[in-house]
Amino acid sequence: MRRALGMDYDEFERSPVAFDYEAMMAAHGYSFEDIVTIQAAGGVGGTPLLELRNLTDLVRSYSEPGFGARIFVKDEAANMAGSFKDRRASVSIHVAKEKGYAGVIAATSGNYGAAVASQAARAGLGCIICQEAFDSRHVGQPEIIEKSRICEAFGAEVVQMTVGPELFSYMLELLDETGYFSASLYSSFGVSGIETLGAEIAGEMLERTGAFPTAVVITHAGGGNTTGTARGLKRAGATSTQIVSASVDLSGLHMASDADFNRKSFTTGHTGFGVPFATWPDRADVPRNAARSLRYMDRYLTVTQGEVFYVTEAMCKLEGLERGPSGNTAMTAALSLARDLPRDATVVVQETEYTGAGKHHWAQLNFAREQGVEVRAGDPRESKPGTSIVIPEKPEQIRATDFDLAHMRRSYVRNALSHAGEGYVPTTDDVEFLAEDTNSTPVEVEAILAALKEA
Amino acid sequence: MTDALRCAAGEWVEVEWVLLEPEERSANLPEDTASQPLLTWVKGFALSAADVGEEVTVETMTRRYVTGRLSAVNPGYFHTFGQPTPELTHVGADLRVRVAAYRAGGE
Repeated sequence: MRRALGMDYDEFERSPVAFDYEAMMAAHGYSFEDIVTIQAAGGVGGTPLLELRNLTDLVRSYSEPGFGARIFVKDEAANMAGSFKDRRASVSIHVAKEKGYAGVIAATSGNYGAAVASQAARAGLGCIICQEAFDSRHVGQPEIIEKSRICEAFGAEVVQMTVGPELFSYMLELLDETGYFSASLYSSFGVSGIETLGAEIAGEMLERTGAFPTAVVITHAGGGNTTGTARGLKRAGATSTQIVSASVDLSGLHMASDADFNRKSFTTGHTGFGVPFATWPDRADVPRNAARSLRYMDRYLTVTQGEVFYVTEAMCKLEGLERGPSGNTAMTAALSLARDLPRDATVVVQETEYTGAGKHHWAQLNFAREQGVEVRAGDPRESKPGTSIVIPEKPEQIRATDFDLAHMRRSYVRNALSHAGEGYVPTTDDVEFLAEDTNSTPVEVEAILAALKEA
Repeated sequence: MTDALRCAAGEWVEVEWVLLEPEERSANLPEDTASQPLLTWVKGFALSAADVGEEVTVETMTRRYVTGRLSAVNPGYFHTFGQPTPELTHVGADLRVRVAAYRAGGE
């Protein structure tokens, strides 16, 4: 494993709870400027920042007088393989090439596979992508089938599997067999690569509007997108910009369930990844996850599947932007957020992704109907993940819901303690680490610890 | 879907195999997943002629040799867009009217 990651994580550990996060992030030795250069050579970054004037006016048409923030989007679909994941892949592939590995492996059913495959093709490296693609009937989620296709189009070997977390142990076997580099989504290489996105947004907004954005909305799953973007914004000086993560609400569906697998219309950017990864990031395929979203989140908003499909259609018809699905999750939350902000505020949705056969919202809704999920128009609050998708009848019905961050912080601290081992007593240093890692204070962490002790 | 039932040596094919039988699977899986074998598919160039269902070894794009049952010959991609969603077809027209009315209102 150490060979496949190209770095030793042990040196950052401070205790069974704490580790030196910033030292781990810096250990790869590439400066921010190095990463910009690597990405430029890889055809990655420098994507257009678009102001969405029609969507802004739509929101203003039903906001209270004086409200309705300006909405912008960073068109990350313009990257080589069609998403911000190219930023993440470009650094890992550069490292693999520089260190002399013959190829790279990643376990992902998402756009990251396409990004790794595309960058590996440019670098002349072998590439294996492991995907959870089918249920036990061999029915494939159409979005994932499209990801299989695009990875194979870029010359990757795609290992398609049925539902189950054992995919990760098979990936480890393949790393052993091939000696390839582990292009983990959660390495510091990958997450550092996203910092350029946050920095570009900060700089471009300052130039376009004279100020840093009021809020940046980030589709959240494993946490890398939130972490990297927030770090990039802060690096560029946008320290007061609100970091808003957003996920599709898939509560009630089990992510390892064969039956639930094809009853969800979103394969990522949903609470099924977003909540467990935020509350225990070190569940990932690296010893310490570089993606630590709770460190950076100011708010976590959830939206329903039907709302995102409505907004996807609205983006096509009002803005000439056929994108999605994942970035449109943040767009949906942004419409809700912009409604509650004054007109001189700005909200930036920090990514789009390519769409097409399988990924398209019509494809997903047709597939949902075939799987027995009810699709109807009405109040999206009435939807039930896996059973019904309720598409709003009017834009006023788009209302994101705040997920309780205090609850997530408690879960995180409980998870950190349980992984430290039975009877472990956190030190002052641990408390400080937990406060940093949950974007809270030592006093708040002490209160959580005291409550856990009582329970 | 391709309906070829036999591949020649050198053809682009897909093989499948059982990676884990139900009893070999991880603990703590939901029952509906735990009761199923974990199946795997990989594509590559067949090293020999074979019938669908027969064991064959392929050379993959990373030059690995993988053996499994032949499951498809020159497998295609048939995912699509499908029909427009009736619950969404009116959205564009509705919203264009609303934006135009808002702007006409002097804002």
